[in-house]
Amino acid sequence: MFTTFLFYALSTVLLAAAVGVITVRNPVLAALCLILAFVTSAVLWLLLEAEFLAIVLVLVYVGAVMVLFLFVVMMLDINTTTLREGFLRYAPVGAIVAGIIVLELGYVIWFRSEGLPMNRLLVPRDSSYSSTEQLGQVLYTQYLYPFELAAMLLLLAIVAAILLTLRHRPGIKVQDVSAQVNVQSRDRVRIVAMKSESE
Amino acid sequence: MVTLSHYMTLSALLFTISVAGIFLNRKNVIVLLMCVELLLLAVNFNFIAFSRYLDDPAGQVFVFFILTVAAAESAIGLAILVVLFRSRRSINVQELDVLKG
Repeated sequence: MFTTFLFYALSTVLLAAAVGVITVRNPVLAALCLILAFVTSAVLWLLLEAEFLAIVLVLVYVGAVMVLFLFVVMMLDINTTTLREGFLRYAPVGAIVAGIIVLELGYVIWFRSEGLPMNRLLVPRDSSYSSTEQLGQVLYTQYLYPFELAAMLLLLAIVAAILLTLRHRPGIKVQDVSAQVNVQSRDRVRIVAMKSESE
Repeated sequence: MVTLSHYMTLSALLFTISVAGIFLNRKNVIVLLMCVELLLLAVNFNFIAFSRYLDDPAGQVFVFFILTVAAAESAIGLAILVVLFRSRRSINVQELDVLKG
């Protein structure tokens, strides 16, 4: 009973936060609404007994990705009034497409779901069950190769993001450490043989 | 009691809201990226609910990979956004038509 109440309360907060993301004027507020949506979904995932992924969602998404979003939003000087033009012009199209998607998904969920345990009630797992352990059991055996590929993908993202935003500005005075280390004594001192001169 | 169809309805509503958001915020790349994150969150909801109700941990593995790919995607997307803003002084999607024939 308490679980049901929790589900409906959290779902309301989640949907309200999602509506906030797409309607608020200020991108900073949109990012904050998105953080609220992520935290609420993490709690909903806890209701589904997926603790590891709930913690990963908070740590990786709220802790890293959304902070990156906030950094970028605050770093760029964005003129929000020009970006809001056409908001109401595209609203009818958006509403029509959203209505079609609701009809299609509702049809699939409510009428074409034979063979799925749609009305099965969950039995809470006993306290010795660990979803982290279960996830690790399949992740490091059956899905080891995709796991390695995911690591490569993250490396690729690091290299791509750094390469895209790195820029060399000419004409600024910075130390070049490798040139300093590699310098030879003959580059610094030139010994010139001269004849002695007298008046 | 909460059943699988409750979670699937919630995920469908979340998906619909974010698709509507892509239509509403057609000019602002940052909000478009946030809407894509919401779309992926809705998909993850389905995966976790199915994983729990069908007792199969493979669904959680897929959520794990989706989170990885989404993190990489948003990092590269924001890097492109920063480079774009540096060269054009604007993030309006409508002005990005230099490749138009």
